[in-house]
Amino acid sequence: MGEVIVVTSGKGGVGKTTTTANVGTGLAMLDKKVVLIDTDIGLRNLDVVMGLENRIVYNLVDVIEGSCRIRNALIKDKRYPNLYLLPSAQTRDKNAVTPEQMQKLADELRDEFDYILMDCPAGIEQGFKNAIAGADRALVVTTPEVSAVRDADRIIGLLEANEMKQTHLIVNRIRMDMVKRGDMMSSDDVCEILAVDLIGIVPDDENIVISTNQGEPLVGSDSLAGKAYMNICKRVIGEEVPFLNLEEKQGIFGKLFGKRKKN
Amino acid sequence: MGFSDFFKKKGTGNIAKDRLKLVLVSDRAGCSPEIMEQIKNDIINVISKYIEIDLEGLDIKITQTESESNNGSVPALFANIPIKDLKTTKK
Repeated sequence: MGEVIVVTSGKGGVGKTTTTANVGTGLAMLDKKVVLIDTDIGLRNLDVVMGLENRIVYNLVDVIEGSCRIRNALIKDKRYPNLYLLPSAQTRDKNAVTPEQMQKLADELRDEFDYILMDCPAGIEQGFKNAIAGADRALVVTTPEVSAVRDADRIIGLLEANEMKQTHLIVNRIRMDMVKRGDMMSSDDVCEILAVDLIGIVPDDENIVISTNQGEPLVGSDSLAGKAYMNICKRVIGEEVPFLNLEEKQGIFGKLFGKRKKN
Repeated sequence: MGFSDFFKKKGTGNIAKDRLKLVLVSDRAGCSPEIMEQIKNDIINVISKYIEIDLEGLDIKITQTESESNNGSVPALFANIPIKDLKTTKK
C-alpha cells in the first residue's frame, strides 16, 4: 500500500518543484516505485525540471476527466526503472479538478506505487486543496526568510486543520556563511518558530541551477545539495540519517568560490 | 560567549526571528499585537491588586495546546507571571 506525500510551501519560488523532483528521483534510486504528480494546473513545471517535457501525451486533467487511462498518461523516466511522472495540464485552470477526484486518483495509484508525490502549487486556494486531499503526509518547504516562514506557518496551520497525519519541514537554500555571521536564520531558528519536525536542510547550491538547466535532478550526486536530498529520501523511508555538516563539507574549492562572491 | 552574543544581537537573522515570532502570534490567533498588549495590561492591573508581580519577567503569549475533549490542538493563552511577593494585607 503506497504512501501519498504532498510537497507544499504556501509561498512560491522556495523550491517545491525542485524538491519534488529530487526527492522523487532519490526514492526511485532507493528502489522504490514512485510516481510524481504535478498538481499545478495551468502552470506546469515539474516536467521541465525532470527533463521529460518532450514526452507528454496526456495529462492530469485528461485522467481525471476519463479521456484516457492512468497508465497512458504516466511518463516513464527511462533513466530510472521505477520512476513515473503524471504531468499537469497547461491549458486548463485549477477548477478543472476537485479534491474528491484527486483523492480518488491517489487511492488508485496506491496499489501500484510505493510513493505518490504531489507537487503542490503556491497559494492556499483550490490547487492547494486538491494537492493535499489524498495525502497521508506533507513535506513543507521553506527558506530562511520572513516571508517564506510566515507562509509556511499558515500552511502548517491549514494542514493541521485538514488533519494531515504527518508534517515535516525542509529548510531550503540555507547559506551557512550568512548563518555564521548572523545574517540568516538557521534551520534551528526556523524549526523553533514553526514547531514542526525537521526532515532536511538543503544548502543554497548553484549545482541546483545547473541540474535544472539540464533537466536532470542532482539527488545522489556528490554536490552538497545532492547529498542533502538523498538524506531526505532516506529519512522519508524511515532511516535515521544525521544532518549534513554543511560547513565542514565545503572544500577548498567552495571556500575560494565563497570568497570570490563577496568581492 | 559574550563575544558571540555580541554578534548574535547584531545579526539581522535574529531581527528576522523576533519579527516573525511577533507576527505569527497575531497570524495564528487572528489577534493583533495591540490587542495582546491590552490583554497584558489588563491582566497586570487585575493581578496587581492582590499580588506583587515581576513585570520584567512577565510573559503572555498565544500558543498551541492539546485539547482534552478532541484530538486536535487548540490555541491557548499562556501567561507566565513571576510573583515577587504575596500582599497579605491590602493597604
